[in-house]
Amino acid sequence: MMRDRISASLLVIAATLAAGSAAWAQDKTVKIGSLSDQSGLYSDVGGPGSTLAAQMAAEDSGLTAKGWKIDVISGDHQNKPDVGANIARQWFDVDKVDVIVDVPNSGVGLAVNNVVKEKNGVYINSGAGSSDLTNAQCSPNTVHWTYDTYDLAYGTGTALTKAGGDSWFFLTADYAFGAALERDTTNALKVAGGKVLGSVKHPLNTADFSSFLLQAQSSGAKVIGLANAGGDTSNAIKQAAEFGISKNQKMAALLLFITDVKAIGLELAQGLNFTETFYWDMNDGTRAFSKRFAARMKNNSPPTMVHAGVYAGLLHYFKALEAMGGNSHDGAKIVAKMKEMPTDDPLFGKGTIQPNGRKIHPSYLFEVKKPSESKAPWDYYKLVATIPADQAFTPLDKSTCPLLKK
Amino acid sequence: MSINLQALSAQLLVGLINGSFYALLSLGLAVIFGMLNIINFAHGALYMMGAFVAYFLLNLAGIGYWPALILAPFIVGIFGMILERTMLQWIASLDHLYGLLLTFGLALIIQGVFQNYFGSSGLPYAIPDALKGGINLGFMFLPVYRGWVVIFSLVVCIATWFLIERTRLGAYLRAATENPTLVRAFGINVPLMITLTYGLGVGLAALAGVLSAPINQVRPLMGADLIIVVFAVVVIGGMGSIMGSIITGFTLGIIEGLTKYFYPEASNTVVFVLMVLVLLVKPSGLTGRTA
Repeated sequence: MMRDRISASLLVIAATLAAGSAAWAQDKTVKIGSLSDQSGLYSDVGGPGSTLAAQMAAEDSGLTAKGWKIDVISGDHQNKPDVGANIARQWFDVDKVDVIVDVPNSGVGLAVNNVVKEKNGVYINSGAGSSDLTNAQCSPNTVHWTYDTYDLAYGTGTALTKAGGDSWFFLTADYAFGAALERDTTNALKVAGGKVLGSVKHPLNTADFSSFLLQAQSSGAKVIGLANAGGDTSNAIKQAAEFGISKNQKMAALLLFITDVKAIGLELAQGLNFTETFYWDMNDGTRAFSKRFAARMKNNSPPTMVHAGVYAGLLHYFKALEAMGGNSHDGAKIVAKMKEMPTDDPLFGKGTIQPNGRKIHPSYLFEVKKPSESKAPWDYYKLVATIPADQAFTPLDKSTCPLLKK
Repeated sequence: MSINLQALSAQLLVGLINGSFYALLSLGLAVIFGMLNIINFAHGALYMMGAFVAYFLLNLAGIGYWPALILAPFIVGIFGMILERTMLQWIASLDHLYGLLLTFGLALIIQGVFQNYFGSSGLPYAIPDALKGGINLGFMFLPVYRGWVVIFSLVVCIATWFLIERTRLGAYLRAATENPTLVRAFGINVPLMITLTYGLGVGLAALAGVLSAPINQVRPLMGADLIIVVFAVVVIGGMGSIMGSIITGFTLGIIEGLTKYFYPEASNTVVFVLMVLVLLVKPSGLTGRTA
């Protein structure tokens, strides 16, 4: 009798659980939060363009036609880690957001990383650079899609050092990203046989670089490495030309976006070498997407690599959801599925996601065209070298991610 | 840390260049506060407009840097006068706080509109041909353009000071601030004078904007980043003191330059630390009159 009753209750529990899992299998709602700097110095790199990329990914996934309901909302973290973490918390607790995308600014990116892990959401980071996201700070809920400081450092640092620029001086933005970029570049150029003569840390969002540039100039280094981003990089390059520095010393923009090249102007930017993982004019796939994207952007600008990463990352996320038959709202499980499936999209081609959350794809060393070589608006880059996917990012055996030690 | 004399003198000169912008902007603020009693928070946005007008003149009308140096402050000055006539004059008799809030709101609106159309990463504006290149001073390579900025802003600052403190027009103006009713009784059109003064202050901001266009990028937030520092400069110098704001502007530029050399991480806070110290010791500012 007793045994019957126990088996009966077990049956009930099993039935309930089955019903529960059936319920999520049919749950076809997704809410995407595009968290970015919407009005400050990174808003052209990510910002409203990332929200547009997320919307386009939702449309192009074809899921809506299959009965899915996908919402995209956006938030402004103002480059403040506490603001970013608060928005993320509210999105998970109140707005029931499933996945957070973009999040430029490594300081904010790392803060949001912790919140997503705590709330078991999904985090597809495209905008932040710090390679810590897939090393010491890695999380089972995070995919770091587009680029990272290792990738930038390896591409540009190695190429320039081997081309004879074997002594460096860094101008470093004084926050998580700058520190990570300087560290990774230092490692890369030491391997290639270069040395570092010194560095100076400048506050984020500096208008006048002349003091820092003069220090770099008096160091006598062959290469001045700019471990900063956005408006800081373009200001530094512009003012280096003004002080006649770029004639004797080579400027290395370790992170340069297409919007920065426009801001500097080809006249001053020509000849700069830098690393990116996406350029709108690479192949038919990137051109087709970029054309559709630009048509919907307010100033018709093509996508930056951050925008491309938001789009491609979400497409892969949708594929994983579809393969799972519904949205379980279990972030770690969905990310595990994303890592299991090979990636394939028109913007980054075929690739994989490593167990530490690092998305792997080829990286490109570009050079800014001369004004005479530029045939159309936004025709800015020429390809110098392709760094194969297996070399572009931190080798797995060197990753310090705790997830790998299981 | 060993001190490299060459590098140090270079930093001093660079500080002087930045000081020129602080001086021009805080001068405009001082003129407006001294004569109109308005804390003009829209100053940064108007500085940005100056740079944008120069950019438009060049790219839409083919008008170069030199005419823009006169035209842009004029155009933005007229815009400022419209603001004064339509909005600011109605709150002139109220508490400072109202003017501050109104101009702060205006600044946000102006910046928002520009950001909507031009994004945040800025537009290039080339250095005029005549001022390209540089001079090797031995201890540093001084771009000609930067040298021009220092000299030109010094001239403008002194001319403004002369206009207000040493001419008949300036005397009327100062009298009108002191006792508007009495000055009106002498048949002087005080409201018109106030409007023109606001236009002058705004024009100075726009002029600084044109000067900075070839050095920094022309971007919607360029003023927002600068204005806070400039307000600190004005507070240190003493609200409303013309000469005080000029001297403080240049001095703080130099102090900031030195900080960039000795401890770069603190370079964007040093001005505020000084402001706190000055407020503790002499609340009316270094050269300020007591309220």
